[in-house]
Amino acid sequence: MLNAAVRDALASAVGARNVLSDPVQLRSYECDGLTGFRQVPAFVVLPLDTESVAAAVRVCHEHGVPFVARGAGTGLSGGAMPVADGVVISLQRLRRVLEVDAVDRRAVVQPGVTNLDITKAAAPQGLYYAPDPSSQQVCTIGGNVAENSGGAHCLKYGFTTNHVLSMTAVLPDGEVVTLGGDTGDQLGPDLRGVFIGSEGTLGIVCEITVRLLRVPETVRTLLADFPSVRAAGEVVSDIVAAGIVPAAVEMMDNLAIQAAEKAVGAGYTLDTPAALVVELDGPAAECGSQFEQVKAICDRHGCTRLHIAGDAGERAKIWMGRKAAFAAVGRISPDYIVQDGVVPRTRLAEVLGRIEEMGQAAGLRVANVFHAGDGNLHPLVLFDEDAGELERAEELSKGIAELCVELGGSLSGEHGIGTDKACSMPRMFGVDDLATMDRVRSAFDPGKLCNPGKLLPTPRLCGERPGRYRPHPLEEAGVIERL
Amino acid sequence: MTERTEPGFDALHPPSRELLDDCVHCGFCLPTCPTYQLWGEEMDSPRGRIYLMDLAERGEIELQGAFTEHIDACLGCMACVTACPSGVQYNRLLEATRPQIERNVERSRSDRLFRSGIFALFPYRRRLRAAAIFGLAYQKLRLNRLAERVLPPRLRATQALMPPVKLRNAFASLPRRVKPDGPVQRRVAMLSGCVQDVFFHEVNVATQRVLAAEGCEVLTPRDQGCCGALGLHAGREDHATKHAKRTIETFEKLPVDNIVVNVAGCGSSMKEYADLLADDPEWAERAKAFSAKVRDVTELLAELEPRAKRHPVKAKAAYHDACHLGHAQGVRAQPRAVLRTIPGLDVVDLPEAELCCGSAGIYNMVQPEPAAELGERKASNIRAVNPDLLVTANPGCLLQIGRYLDGDIPMFHPVQVLDASLRGRPLP
Ligand SMILES: Cc1cc2nc3c(=O)[nH]c(=O)nc-3n(C[C@H](O)[C@H](O)[C@H](O)COP(=O)(O)OP(=O)(O)OC[C@H]3O[C@@H](n4cnc5c(N)ncnc54)[C@H](O)[C@@H]3O)c2cc1C
Ligand code: SF4
Ligand code: SF4
Repeated sequence: MLNAAVRDALASAVGARNVLSDPVQLRSYECDGLTGFRQVPAFVVLPLDTESVAAAVRVCHEHGVPFVARGAGTGLSGGAMPVADGVVISLQRLRRVLEVDAVDRRAVVQPGVTNLDITKAAAPQGLYYAPDPSSQQVCTIGGNVAENSGGAHCLKYGFTTNHVLSMTAVLPDGEVVTLGGDTGDQLGPDLRGVFIGSEGTLGIVCEITVRLLRVPETVRTLLADFPSVRAAGEVVSDIVAAGIVPAAVEMMDNLAIQAAEKAVGAGYTLDTPAALVVELDGPAAECGSQFEQVKAICDRHGCTRLHIAGDAGERAKIWMGRKAAFAAVGRISPDYIVQDGVVPRTRLAEVLGRIEEMGQAAGLRVANVFHAGDGNLHPLVLFDEDAGELERAEELSKGIAELCVELGGSLSGEHGIGTDKACSMPRMFGVDDLATMDRVRSAFDPGKLCNPGKLLPTPRLCGERPGRYRPHPLEEAGVIERL
Repeated sequence: MTERTEPGFDALHPPSRELLDDCVHCGFCLPTCPTYQLWGEEMDSPRGRIYLMDLAERGEIELQGAFTEHIDACLGCMACVTACPSGVQYNRLLEATRPQIERNVERSRSDRLFRSGIFALFPYRRRLRAAAIFGLAYQKLRLNRLAERVLPPRLRATQALMPPVKLRNAFASLPRRVKPDGPVQRRVAMLSGCVQDVFFHEVNVATQRVLAAEGCEVLTPRDQGCCGALGLHAGREDHATKHAKRTIETFEKLPVDNIVVNVAGCGSSMKEYADLLADDPEWAERAKAFSAKVRDVTELLAELEPRAKRHPVKAKAAYHDACHLGHAQGVRAQPRAVLRTIPGLDVVDLPEAELCCGSAGIYNMVQPEPAAELGERKASNIRAVNPDLLVTANPGCLLQIGRYLDGDIPMFHPVQVLDASLRGRPLP
């Protein structure tokens, strides 16, 4: 436990009302979306402005206390998990959109603003914020910057890093700096770029200037059913091979469809083995001709039903199903493990076929719902802990992750490394790579106080596992992904 | 009350492990939660509350203190149930948690007295009438001005809610049987409600008229009492079961197809009788049969073919979803559909429509500060669409919102608007 001096200092930094120290209250902050990793912090502070964020960080710096930034706590890699005897700095009271500039097409927002609220604020001007993680209604822009989050539409529009122009950041010693600038192209090393995706290990992002895009002239969305997952995978490859860059291509297999349909009632076909959501956007003429091409490709691969969204309402329904699918899997299985891996797009059909075989061999169901366009898989291994299936499920999920690496892919597409996969980093990076990353990190944070133990492996972290084991649908993901 | 020594819940129907495990901690419910909107604190979010219930179920934390505080602060608005993709039944978790607190947590003396006072007053029509007379005298004598200055915040909140009543209305009684215009489409029995009948008597009258015009025979038993909704939502299980049984007894003997309610809070609890009494062998079946018949009045009207002629009502009407209708019963489309049968009426939605107005049963009396913030926020969202009138199907919301609209915008129950249209008269 930290001493009273730290509490008093924090109270004068952010105001006594904005410091939590009740043990029960603190426990509600002990984990993020990955509940398998838990650590109760010593204090949680909820600053009201950038200045008090900086003041709180200075207190931590002066007292040598570690701290962790927290947005909405939807992260799936334990990135916002607190550090023992540390401070959690929650950005949930910094939720204002400060400015929407329709002429220069950008918005300035505080870090606790949700991804979707930026689009809502920009909508009256015909503008929107492009990256759209499935958790967009709840995750914060601060968390998006830290994780370099992506979403369905990142296939065409890029990830968070392509849409953040500049930001005000509080460095680990409490200094407030501005990174990046009003134009995308700045002189010198791109520190803005270094910060994005650093998972909260280089400082706390406070005011963020994001790029807004004009809502496309036309958007066409179709939902196509296929007789097999393999056929759907081949359609994805063919669309890309035809030189079409769709706004999004998402795939769901039968289990994911059932779950999503149960949760949302989006009008998916309950017994189809696989479905694709394909969206095209842009000028009407181009969109129209490409749409015809996509339909022809679907037909060629034995599409059994083609549903075209008639209006914005129907489109929203289709997307609502897709975006809820992930969390909705809880409705069709008592427990499940979430994987996040990437394979080269050309090997999609192959990897899906192999996942299916592996599932059958293990006697377990695997639901697939993922960003097919960029090969980012989210296989969900379903199991029943009470039936003693946990171990088999872990094996299978681990096998799938290994398969991704084996096929020339990656350990994580967008959920980050955090606590969860830090110990797996040596599987992807050599000693020199990791040492270089550590030197960059130390340049910002020599005292190693800013979100320590995340992203890069440490002997302590990788030798033992923090927290008490507790069966929970998402937690098992944490266990298995320590390859 | 017996002092409990172990932490966590007692053995009497604690929130079940199965229901707790449904939550995958994804946070999708956070943005719709009113208390999270206000404070941004994890333990005042649905995810945080469920997490704490989970810890309590494991005996890791005590009920006394922070746990009780954060469960008390929940409005029970069920916006989180609507938002949750995993199908977490927070309503059942909350209804299992609140009685645990009522049984096992020693409340401060003033808190106890205040809560008992509410339960001694609200469910009883006769006492409410007395309060109404007192309230009237009080308004006439301008005592309310004085009260604003001297009463403690909770009592002040309670008195400020008291609407101006017409003495005649508070004492008027409803006809026991209303015959339909034309052949019978449906036979229904109506719950007249306790607050509704005293403070919004004219809504009951309009309900009877509208149903009759659409071909319903409407029975309104005189011997009905409170349905127990306030108790159910506040964790007073004994109060809730006692009134549920009485209500079932009164209504089950009537030869009707449906039981109609025009109070969202009462409707949602009457639909839950089946769950509430599921473990009582004598009552389980009866409760199930009863709950299956319950319909909100707008739900019933949407089921019926419109029969009576509608006269135009030229106005822009903002529709506010009462939480106990929209979130708890999933009745959102029907009231809008019913209003849209009225020619000339432009029905519009509100920004932040899913956010509670702060009324929430007894909430605005026991937690006046957050309720006031939510009330202000709702009022400014209503003003933002600039409507001629506000329509909502719950007396609690009408009382709460009315307070923050300061009489700028007239407010009605949907049946009152339909009634005006059917009769070709201006809105009252
Ligand atoms: C159901 C579900 C679906 C999801 N779908 C997607 C998806 O499609 N694509 C995707 O990319 N992700 C997805 N995610 C993961 C998650 O939503 C993202 O990683 C998101 O960006 C996290 O935001 P947050 O506000 O919840 O951050 P948190 O979880 O609170 O924090 C995440 C990390 O960011 C750091 N951080 C937070 N705020 C700041 C700040 N202001 N400054 C510096 N560091 C900060 C934290 O320290 C932590 O390391 C999903 C999650 C869930 C539960
Ligand atoms: S019922 Fe309403 S106030 Fe309570 S947790 Fe759910 S959304 Fe929040
Ligand atoms: S209640 Fe539902 S929406 Fe909220 S955190 Fe749990 S699973 Fe997610």
